[in-house]
Amino acid sequence: MSALTVAYALLFYAATAILVLGVLARCWRYARTPQPLKIPIPPAPTTRGGVALRMLLEVTLFRQLFRSSKWTWLFGWMFHVALLLVLLRHLRYFTEPVWFWVDLVQPFGLYAAFAMLAGLAGLWARRLLVDRVRYISSPSDHLMLALLVAIAASGLAMKYLVHTDVVALKAFFLGLMVFDWRPLPADPALLVHLALVATLMIVFPVSKLLHAPGVFFSPSLNQVDDARERRHAAGWSAKIVHVNRARGG
Amino acid sequence: MAAFETPPLGEYPVIPPLRQGAMAHSKPFVAKADHQKPLGFPGELVPEWEKVAVTRLGELVSQSRGLQVFLDSCVKCGACTDKCHYYLGTGDPKNMPVARQDLLRSVYRRYYTFAGKHFPKLVGARDMTKDVLDDWYAYFHQCSQCRRCSVFCPYGIDTAEISMAARDIMDSVGLGQKYSNEIIGKVHKIGNNLGLPGPALRDTLDGLEEDVKEATGVEVRFPLDEKGAEVLLITPSADFFAEPHIDGLIGYAKVFHAAGISWTLSTHASEAANFSLFIGNHDNLQKVAGRIREAALELGVKRIVVGECGHAWRVAYSFWNTLIGPFDFLDPRYPAPQHICEVTYDLIRRGALTLDKSANADKVVTFHDSCNVSRGSRMGDVPGGQFLIPREIIRACVERFVDMAPETIGEATFCCGGGGGLLTDDLVELRVKGALPRMQALQQVVEEHGVNYLAAICAICKSQFTKVLPYYKHPMDMIGSVHGLVSNAIVLGSSK
Ligand code: SF4
Ligand code: SF4
Repeated sequence: MSALTVAYALLFYAATAILVLGVLARCWRYARTPQPLKIPIPPAPTTRGGVALRMLLEVTLFRQLFRSSKWTWLFGWMFHVALLLVLLRHLRYFTEPVWFWVDLVQPFGLYAAFAMLAGLAGLWARRLLVDRVRYISSPSDHLMLALLVAIAASGLAMKYLVHTDVVALKAFFLGLMVFDWRPLPADPALLVHLALVATLMIVFPVSKLLHAPGVFFSPSLNQVDDARERRHAAGWSAKIVHVNRARGG
Repeated sequence: MAAFETPPLGEYPVIPPLRQGAMAHSKPFVAKADHQKPLGFPGELVPEWEKVAVTRLGELVSQSRGLQVFLDSCVKCGACTDKCHYYLGTGDPKNMPVARQDLLRSVYRRYYTFAGKHFPKLVGARDMTKDVLDDWYAYFHQCSQCRRCSVFCPYGIDTAEISMAARDIMDSVGLGQKYSNEIIGKVHKIGNNLGLPGPALRDTLDGLEEDVKEATGVEVRFPLDEKGAEVLLITPSADFFAEPHIDGLIGYAKVFHAAGISWTLSTHASEAANFSLFIGNHDNLQKVAGRIREAALELGVKRIVVGECGHAWRVAYSFWNTLIGPFDFLDPRYPAPQHICEVTYDLIRRGALTLDKSANADKVVTFHDSCNVSRGSRMGDVPGGQFLIPREIIRACVERFVDMAPETIGEATFCCGGGGGLLTDDLVELRVKGALPRMQALQQVVEEHGVNYLAAICAICKSQFTKVLPYYKHPMDMIGSVHGLVSNAIVLGSSK
């Protein structure tokens, strides 16, 4: 077993553990922290079902973003949908036999990589060219874009420029999942691609990528507008007790 | 007060270029020890205030899921950057909602996140220093907590929650804002923002009874502390004396009179406003609201109705049930609490009021949606009732009504520029500039439709517009109460 294979195997175990545990820990903290008051933002549904629909529209169509900034919506939505397709396409490296619907996604997944790059380029251009967005950007915001662009670019490089041994790669990952290590092909593009992906997985739980789980916990989006009908109480507000008596009575 | 220029009203709204530091000088007067102590805050900057502030921040974050999610989730997409009226009116980048959040987020990151602890430069994390505190004091008092930005953020990040938290932290280290804290102290002590004691209130109400009798020949009552009345009316104290608020109060009284509903005001709870919301302090929030529950129980009323006041309605609609509920001692057939507009609208729909539109024939009316009503509450039983109901009331009372541009009303309404505890003369420059987007939209309907009356259902909006309309070359009496229109149109003594 080469040192390279061992290093990457350990890297992916660590990255997966950090990603999963980190996000779970964060979700656990959100779930445990009380929201003492009702603060839904309009258009706030008056039923649970309505809230579910609102959330669905928000996370699939980015409805509020569409309303506020068409360009950011266009690039952002394009990037996220493309990323989803690309991720689904990548399932073929982790399943044997490959699920039939992953095969269906396959052709779209290829184009999606370009759409993903285009979306990222658009978002980055806004970050550099619009004075307001430039002002609010930290180095980490640019680095995050650079990381994603590099991941997409190294992936495309393997597809179109320096082919990698996909069969051996698949064996490596299938092996990883059952703790049966197989050699990893030592192609530079692949190694770069995998190292960057592992980096993304590791920074996920400590970066702004937390918006992905965060959106589901956002009280302004997920609360039902029923303050008068149902008495809401949590945290400090759950400690309030009243007696139905007049003062001094 | 530094001189400043009223921003010009262009032909169409423009997003201004960044003008760094343009409003760095804008700071409200600092609260003195006398204003701080009654609210439970230290009288001056405490020793080791940096530590105290950071600790308080940690407490607040652990007590509020919203705050935690909002501080973690921003992706700096920039969608909110051009949505704040204070940014649009001043061009100061720190008035962009995300930049305002970042003033607090940078400190949160530094002390409470892995990335900020180890790579502060990379993620824009900052130590809690005097400079940061100064920035907080300036720019968290340039947020009217109107929540417009939140409607446009893909994660619903609510800058109002963040600015409330920042103000609470500042209060906890002894740096309070004079205007809000002085007022909250008066409510604790006397029962209303003005510090108007019971006998003075009775006098004022007697005067109103005489005025209405003179004008209409009908004896409309303005009862105070009457046990056994059906309705307890909780209204902003500005309704007792300020123009044009008072016309609204007269309107409510006429509606109750015409519908034969017995009602009363209370000396103990003679204030709907609850400025504790603005300073983000829940102890004070609950204490101020508590007076209302006490008054309702003492007077034995069956319903609680709230007058025209924006943030008060948010507190009443969204928080009262939590803070001073359950309202199991009230008549379950009515929502608790109920907005005066809901009462009037129901009566109109049932045909219980006679309204003569010709009494308002001289007016072309438009309606300013107040932020706290629009984005912090609801009316009626369908989503969006808070937009529909006041408009239906106006339409029933006037011959000509037009709306301002759709992107400036409803959920997307622009703040009047004076909400959130900023309605003070020491912030007049900010108030004038922050009113720009609203004035722009108003100008358009004035030119196109000859609008000459701007109706609102918020005491702060009414006072703010009275002040800023003249800066934009409109008469200050252009602003009026929705129930002022009802008051004009209602025909007393002939209702079926
Ligand atoms: S819209 Fe929301 S996520 Fe985007 S920059 Fe503003 S606060 Fe951050
Ligand atoms: S809440 Fe209103 S005033 Fe505050 S930042 Fe958002 S838009 Fe501006």
